[in-house]
Amino acid sequence: MKYWHLVWSAMRRKRLRTIFTLLSIVIAFILYGYLAAIDQAFGMGVELAGADRLILMSKVSLIQPLPESYQVQIAAVPHVLEVTHASWFGGIYQDPKNFFGQFAVEPEAYLKIYPELIVPEAQKKAWFEDRTGVLVGRAIATRFGWKVGDRVPLQATIWRKKDNSSTWEFTVDGIYDGNKQGVDTTQFLFHYKYFDEARWRGAGMVGWYIIRIDAPDDAPKIAASIDKLFENSAFESKTSTEKAFMQGFAKQVGNIGAIIEAVLTAVFFTILLVVGNTMMQSVRERTTELAVLKTIGFTDGRVLGLVLAQSLLVAVVGGGIGLALAWLMIRRGDPTNGALPIFFFPPRDMVLGLAFVAGLGLITGIIPAVQAMRLRVVDALRRT
Amino acid sequence: MTAATAGSAQKEISPQTGSATLVRVEDVHKIFQRGSERIDVLQGVNLTIPSGEFLALMGPSGSGKSTLLNLLAGLDTPTRGSVEVGGEKISGLSQAQLARWRARHVGFIFQLYNLLPVLTAERNVELPLLLTSLSGAERKRHVAAALAVVGLADRSRHYPRQLSGGQEQRVAIARAIVGDPTLLLCDEPTGDLDRKSADEILDLLQALNREHGKTIIMVTHDPHAAARASRIIYLNKGTLQSEPAQ
Repeated sequence: MKYWHLVWSAMRRKRLRTIFTLLSIVIAFILYGYLAAIDQAFGMGVELAGADRLILMSKVSLIQPLPESYQVQIAAVPHVLEVTHASWFGGIYQDPKNFFGQFAVEPEAYLKIYPELIVPEAQKKAWFEDRTGVLVGRAIATRFGWKVGDRVPLQATIWRKKDNSSTWEFTVDGIYDGNKQGVDTTQFLFHYKYFDEARWRGAGMVGWYIIRIDAPDDAPKIAASIDKLFENSAFESKTSTEKAFMQGFAKQVGNIGAIIEAVLTAVFFTILLVVGNTMMQSVRERTTELAVLKTIGFTDGRVLGLVLAQSLLVAVVGGGIGLALAWLMIRRGDPTNGALPIFFFPPRDMVLGLAFVAGLGLITGIIPAVQAMRLRVVDALRRT
Repeated sequence: MTAATAGSAQKEISPQTGSATLVRVEDVHKIFQRGSERIDVLQGVNLTIPSGEFLALMGPSGSGKSTLLNLLAGLDTPTRGSVEVGGEKISGLSQAQLARWRARHVGFIFQLYNLLPVLTAERNVELPLLLTSLSGAERKRHVAAALAVVGLADRSRHYPRQLSGGQEQRVAIARAIVGDPTLLLCDEPTGDLDRKSADEILDLLQALNREHGKTIIMVTHDPHAAARASRIIYLNKGTLQSEPAQ
């Protein structure tokens, strides 16, 4: 491109100002990357939620248990293919800061209903047969350096054992991966039978049910017919699609999406003002030069294009570095040290980020570019 | 130097050479309106300039010299009258057409050089060639030739801040001639230079006129600079005169 050095030269004019402007754009896009990753983490599972899965929980609250006996009744409802359950354990591994989800589940049924969890056959078999065995996700295995065969003790905070001890020991029988990016690999899954038999109270109760159906389009109807079964009982239920359940779960923390959107709007609005002001200032300072270019024979359109290209360049360099740094930093790991179940820069948000970069360049450049285009050579030269 | 031959404002200025007419200015008026005030900067100027002439345009401040130069450069359009260069009536062209015309036909030299400070000498000289279809290698060759003509082949990689005023003006001249324009227009080209540098620039302009056949129109306040031209005309209160105003 023969105009490249002319476009590039605008960056070198006031180096300190260019560096500060670029830094502000870089920081804005790093922040954007982190917020996108956090938003993804809080909405975890919402997009990956199976359309054919329903979640049944207590109508009162997620922490209220439900009878294990419901399983048979749910299985008998038309369109229900499979039913299993999970229960929250809430133990501590070494330090309360080492948070991750621990669930008592029915191993075979759980893996069948969640085919996105990929486990080597031998490990799967070993886990099914080992009553105190645990299947852990790749993320926490990596985080704590666990290998197959390791013994992992958890300190119970809710569920003491019948012998009054609070230490539950598990053997790592397998490590699962997700079949796609975004699958939560921070789970710690162990046998419900072991849990139910050893806990000092609450026997025969489960946390929630996971139900697979054969008619996703009729999910609301099927959910209603299941809830009808338990109407007016001591443990009324609330069944929803897995997606709705995940969204409700995320919203317990607050409307993270709206908070992130508000923060990003403020950040980008500020950046628009900063970069826009810089571009206006830059064009004002170059009035004579632009007039010289026009004297040489540059048309109004060409001058408009040059100023726009210069503004786009600032945005692309700053935004590009910002997005690349965000991607690299996010790849290095979760800043909460594992409290977030997943943490990655979603490709969709990366593409959106690139669109923001282009938008930033065009929006901040358009006014100074039009001013430069309208500049009258005679007036501009008279001012010098 | 030939004697000044400017006639009255309404009379066409006769060229002294036998060359074909390159510039023809006919009954040109330029009026500026500042609020309710009307300023008649040029009042019926007639002028013909033959190809290959070195013309000096003198006159007191506010006499309309720069305005006339701007009209000849196609940077502005007359309120009335016509300006023809090389047989093409430029006073009727649109802004975009004028820009393209300037790129092909005009080399402009400013008093304050007006080089782009962030570009090297060679990049500054290359600017007019960006508007042509020349390849990068061809542009480089033309730039080297233009810098050699002004005696700055060894300063091609220097930035304007690394050059003296005289050298900067020579780079500006190289930029003006690199596209081989029909007309070289100079607005006080020595106005910001010491005597020695001014003489060097005037030598260069004279050489461009004599050896390369360039038609040069130079606005100046300096009689010493004007004396290098082959003809001098005077503008006073918007009209051309044969003698300087007393």
